[in-house]
Amino acid sequence: MAKKSLNIVESAYRAVIEEQDDTILWLVAAMQAAGGNHSVVLRGNAVNYALAGQGAPALTVGEWQQTQAPKMDRDVADLADNRNVAVYVVEEDLGERGIAVDQLVPNVRLVSRRALPQLFAEHEVICHW
Amino acid sequence: MAKRTLTIALMDAPYESANLTTAFRILDVAARRGHDINVFAYEGAAALAFARQAAHPNPVHGKNLAEENHPTTKDQVAALLAEAARNGGKVDWVNCGMCVDERGVGEFVDGTRRGSPADFQAFVDASDNTLVIPTK
Repeated sequence: MAKKSLNIVESAYRAVIEEQDDTILWLVAAMQAAGGNHSVVLRGNAVNYALAGQGAPALTVGEWQQTQAPKMDRDVADLADNRNVAVYVVEEDLGERGIAVDQLVPNVRLVSRRALPQLFAEHEVICHW
Repeated sequence: MAKRTLTIALMDAPYESANLTTAFRILDVAARRGHDINVFAYEGAAALAFARQAAHPNPVHGKNLAEENHPTTKDQVAALLAEAARNGGKVDWVNCGMCVDERGVGEFVDGTRRGSPADFQAFVDASDNTLVIPTK
């Protein structure tokens, strides 16, 4: 039985162009596929990952052009919609950045800072990335 | 002290961050105490066990190769495995395969292996505790 694991993602947009994803969201997806039981909390600047409609321009260098630039909202939605990963977004961190709840991709869950200890208590493993 | 199984996930590349120094200090103590250790070397950390790392002299220090005795993380990994074995513990050091391929660091020191996030999942499920030391 896989341990119930909560992954707190705080570093945001680190190497996402190079990797064409966020490496921790990717890792969570891969571990979930390997039989894991994962949830995600987006906090700090990483709450921006849940903002719908975002995109990063592909990198071009001379005649070389990137074809699979990352889309973080797509990857967040994929976790929530297709991989049975609960994705929480810290409500206060959204507010501090002027992001309204109705701007988020569907199926992410809001969590207040005060509710985080309870969320931690519901998991066996906490990984703060 | 009861024998424990500990998992540590590392992400920093060699020679970039003091995070790895801290990690090796923790790993060293765990090995000295005979605990079983799992390491998932992710992203830049996949180069920690790269076998072709080479020490170098340091002309700024005025020291030749032998005098400088420059540390390499591959030697630290090998020393960790040896220390664990001396104390009845074992180390399962997994280098993330995709990370290895991206960086061309597919030659590992003996005793470490190529793996995937599925290994990390298995480590977490089988361990008494897990510590991630992420890149920030």
